[in-house]
Amino acid sequence: MSQNRLASHTGAVIDFTFNRKSYQGIAGDTLASALLANGVDVVGRSFKYSRPRGIFGHGAEEPNAIIQLGSGAATVPNLKATQVELYQGLEASSVNGWPSVNFDVMAIVGAFGRLMPPGFYYKTFMYPKKLWMTYEHFIRQAAGLGTAPVEADPDTYDKLNQHCDVLVVGAGPAGLVAAREAARTGARVIIADEQSEFGGSLLASQQTMDGVMAPRWVASLVAELAAYKNVQLLPRSTVFGYYDHNFLTILERRTDHLGLSSAQGTRQRLHRVRAVQVVLATGAFERPLVFAHNDIPGVMLASSVSTYINRYGVAPGKKLLLFTTNDSAYQTALDWQQTGREIIAVVDTRSSPSGDIVAAVKLLGIDVIGGHGLIEAQGNKRVKRALIAPINESGTQVTGPVRCLDCDLIACSGGWSPAVHLSSHTGAKPVWDESIVAFRPGESKQQERSAGACRGTFDLTGCLAEGASAGAVAASLCGHGDGNVQFPACAVEDYTEQPQQALFLVPHTSATSRAPSQFVDFQLDVSAGGIELAVLEGFESVEHVKRYTALGFGTDQGKLGNINGMAILANALDQTIAETGTTIFRPSYTPTTFGAIAGRDVNALFDPERYTAMHRWHVEHGAEFENVGQWKRPWYFPQQGETMQAAVNRECLAVRNSVGMLDASTLGKIDIQGPDAAEFITRMYTNSYLKLAPGKCRYGVMLKEDGMIFDDGVCACLGDNHYLMFTTTGGAAGVLAWLEIWQQTEWPELQVYFTSVTDHWATATVTGPNARRVIAKVCQDIDLSNEAFAFMDWRDGTVAGVKARVFRISFTGELSYEVNVPAHYGRHIWQALIEAGEEFSMTPYGTETMHVLRAEKGFIIVGQDTDGSMTPADMNMDWVVGKKKTFSFIGKRSLQRSDTLRENRKQFVGLKTVDGQAVLPEGAQVVFDAKQKIPMSMQGHVTSSYYSAYLGHSIALAVVKGGLGRMGQVVHCPLADGRIIAAEIVSSVFYDPKGERHHVE
Amino acid sequence: MLLIHCPHCQENRDEEEFSYGGEAHIVRPLEPEALNDEAWADYLFFRTNSRGIHHEMWYHAVGCRRYFNATRNTVTYEILETYKTGTQPTIVGASA
Repeated sequence: MSQNRLASHTGAVIDFTFNRKSYQGIAGDTLASALLANGVDVVGRSFKYSRPRGIFGHGAEEPNAIIQLGSGAATVPNLKATQVELYQGLEASSVNGWPSVNFDVMAIVGAFGRLMPPGFYYKTFMYPKKLWMTYEHFIRQAAGLGTAPVEADPDTYDKLNQHCDVLVVGAGPAGLVAAREAARTGARVIIADEQSEFGGSLLASQQTMDGVMAPRWVASLVAELAAYKNVQLLPRSTVFGYYDHNFLTILERRTDHLGLSSAQGTRQRLHRVRAVQVVLATGAFERPLVFAHNDIPGVMLASSVSTYINRYGVAPGKKLLLFTTNDSAYQTALDWQQTGREIIAVVDTRSSPSGDIVAAVKLLGIDVIGGHGLIEAQGNKRVKRALIAPINESGTQVTGPVRCLDCDLIACSGGWSPAVHLSSHTGAKPVWDESIVAFRPGESKQQERSAGACRGTFDLTGCLAEGASAGAVAASLCGHGDGNVQFPACAVEDYTEQPQQALFLVPHTSATSRAPSQFVDFQLDVSAGGIELAVLEGFESVEHVKRYTALGFGTDQGKLGNINGMAILANALDQTIAETGTTIFRPSYTPTTFGAIAGRDVNALFDPERYTAMHRWHVEHGAEFENVGQWKRPWYFPQQGETMQAAVNRECLAVRNSVGMLDASTLGKIDIQGPDAAEFITRMYTNSYLKLAPGKCRYGVMLKEDGMIFDDGVCACLGDNHYLMFTTTGGAAGVLAWLEIWQQTEWPELQVYFTSVTDHWATATVTGPNARRVIAKVCQDIDLSNEAFAFMDWRDGTVAGVKARVFRISFTGELSYEVNVPAHYGRHIWQALIEAGEEFSMTPYGTETMHVLRAEKGFIIVGQDTDGSMTPADMNMDWVVGKKKTFSFIGKRSLQRSDTLRENRKQFVGLKTVDGQAVLPEGAQVVFDAKQKIPMSMQGHVTSSYYSAYLGHSIALAVVKGGLGRMGQVVHCPLADGRIIAAEIVSSVFYDPKGERHHVE
Repeated sequence: MLLIHCPHCQENRDEEEFSYGGEAHIVRPLEPEALNDEAWADYLFFRTNSRGIHHEMWYHAVGCRRYFNATRNTVTYEILETYKTGTQPTIVGASA
């Protein structure tokens, strides 16, 4: 039975389960209101002490009712029950509490709470260090933070980029009128609110506005806004981040309220909004009062109690005791009176509460006890009674005898804290305002203004006036309207409020350190005593105390506890709150799903894959692929039942003994033209291109200005003032940007133009002693003889009927022809060459064989054998540096720096393992003495390592300190598995050191 | 996310279209070999790292593929102006 549901509130019945027990709610309920209606007191356990906790608030501030929704792939952890709309069949459970929230083994730990001071985990579980992982696992399991789904998310999420003139955040009174004023001017307006309905605090208000009840006034205003074509209404939409240049992100929950299974379409949508002006109307959070055992279920915020009564028809208790420092909570007494349930008293810390609303409450015969504090709540899983006592004017001491009052519900109010979170995201520092006992938003850092309660204006008349003005001004700054408010002010009856008392910690008969825990941050069990202890231990900065005590670290981000915490800290430090300051709020305002952040950018759409024109052929012929940048490159072509090593061995031997073919289409290609092209290219490479004639190619190395190798490749002269530069596959975009920056910013006088043509050409590299014979079968118009078409030449011609550029360059050491054709002919040429090579057992090979073959020749791969700290001399490639170049090419001067000239730099060498069958792992460290103590003196590392089937032993390339002067020495590679592999330092060229192989006839 | 005005395209575009190019107006020495190590290192490694007004290069990488300069406040991230390479900023900070 719904014991706490008011008879006046009816609606369609909704079945749901919580912690596997069945309950019934009513349409319009949140999970929290439905649980309260059913009299469910304990909804979770606290993180550290595992104390039973009940629902405390009614919105984003809720610290206790953290639940896990559903199960399986679609389960969502860490939702606040106050923000979950009830739907038929909803299944929820508490995230904390094992084996159940009503019997929790960790509560035994909680009973020894005094033994767990702040920093407890740091102090207790750090030693021995290696056991931390074990402890951490146990701690997390015992006091969980929900369970992440282990299966792939079945839902669809998307993103929407939006622009608007005025973005209004929050659809309470200030936001609604701001939107209306802006809308009227014709400005494009978006108004977003995290709740299912617009209206904010007005939804639970008993006030009359323009002669009608507040909720009705809201409904008509929302209808009015909806009629504007230039207004977009976004309910269930949380603006969770405010970033640079008025870029804001909104999480719209489109189907969550329909249930995990029955929902269709996009579940959540991330709006990425660039707004010209922003109006923040995010309201305020009521501040709890910090008294002993204020965390027992049955202690709630006064405004939350009112909201449950007025909006959801739920009275969350039988006997209310109200505890306040201000006038606003008296409204809760009036609201409670309507339920017909008992109200014990209003305990007010102010010595003689007076004023309109106090009088109204007294008129109802309700006992108002001034000058008293509620110093301690008592009860186990539900409040049973409260201790009250007279306190002094400043609220620091109990001054008289303690009285005990029976009650099962305590509604408390310590004033209001503006929700300055989004304003803080912009970098604006909140400013303490003693007159409202709260932080106001700091000076605007962006094109935004706050209005209403989030600016510290708490009366409805003020909120409406500020909202209207903010909307009109924001619109005018976008060029719409004159900035004056157009709509007449709404007629509202506000009580005139008397000053509140600033009270952040209610005194107890015992000192704070000895009193029962007075909780500041419920979710993470931070107590007033804990904060004072942190100060005693020497913490002074608010940011340090936050991290040490974990204040504000929960999923609620301290929306309730932070201000009380700062104030208690300030008091302990004997400072003002303004001096102590506040911590910085950062996005996200409330937890945001990864699904929404990822949107459609998942799986195949996460990062585009690039395929060459021959890709289908590779797939059809069983290639295994390797990712090289975004490219999918054939790694090796295994035959039936072949291991990778066997396939690579076979491919290598085919190239060395007959002929093989590689898809080299992915190499970066930049077309360079202009009268100054040769001069420009010569400035970029270490060697000269000034005398490179059409039809010729040259290998070059590019340095950064610090002298370190950055890219390498062949550059061909295609004609007068026309060159084609090849880059590494991964370096293509970087090299293009590199050329552009020098031409555009340093030498704009050089006439030279760059075009990326990587995707325009498909390249098939035919290599091996039979390469010429294969090409000759499909190419009749190029003289392929050594004399007519020499090594490092290129020729225009026709290959298999297609116009082609053929480059005689070699990355294998064998006779090689790189056949370039327009990309659409890629597969055609590939197939034609495969067929032409059939009689020579033409063997397609992949990147692994390419690596082995080039390593046998000692050819470097930039980025594998170099790492941004290697000069040409380090790589034993001084021959590539033009000594006679007149212009000081990029990086040249740095080759003369003392550091690049220093002795004992790491140098590029070959390593031949003493046991020829042992293959060193790449990345293995090189030491000279294997018997030394750990940590050993590391002298270099292995950059490339393979088994060479042709040579019959393993080969490795490495960089070793002073390596070029250590030929023949034996070094050692200690491995993680305990083995130590010995290897001899040898030349990096293992195969055909004289370079005769590519001259075969 | 910054909103950047490309002076070549004459449009405000999102930061994700651009890449950062480092401090602007650093001229490569005409005769690098004439510099001692210290002077060369100063050109190579040392930047002003201004707090406040900062002139910097940006590359419209997935737009017009052209470099330009921006005057940005490194504290507020406000971009005060963008201007073409080879021209001078109109807004100059105290430290510049």
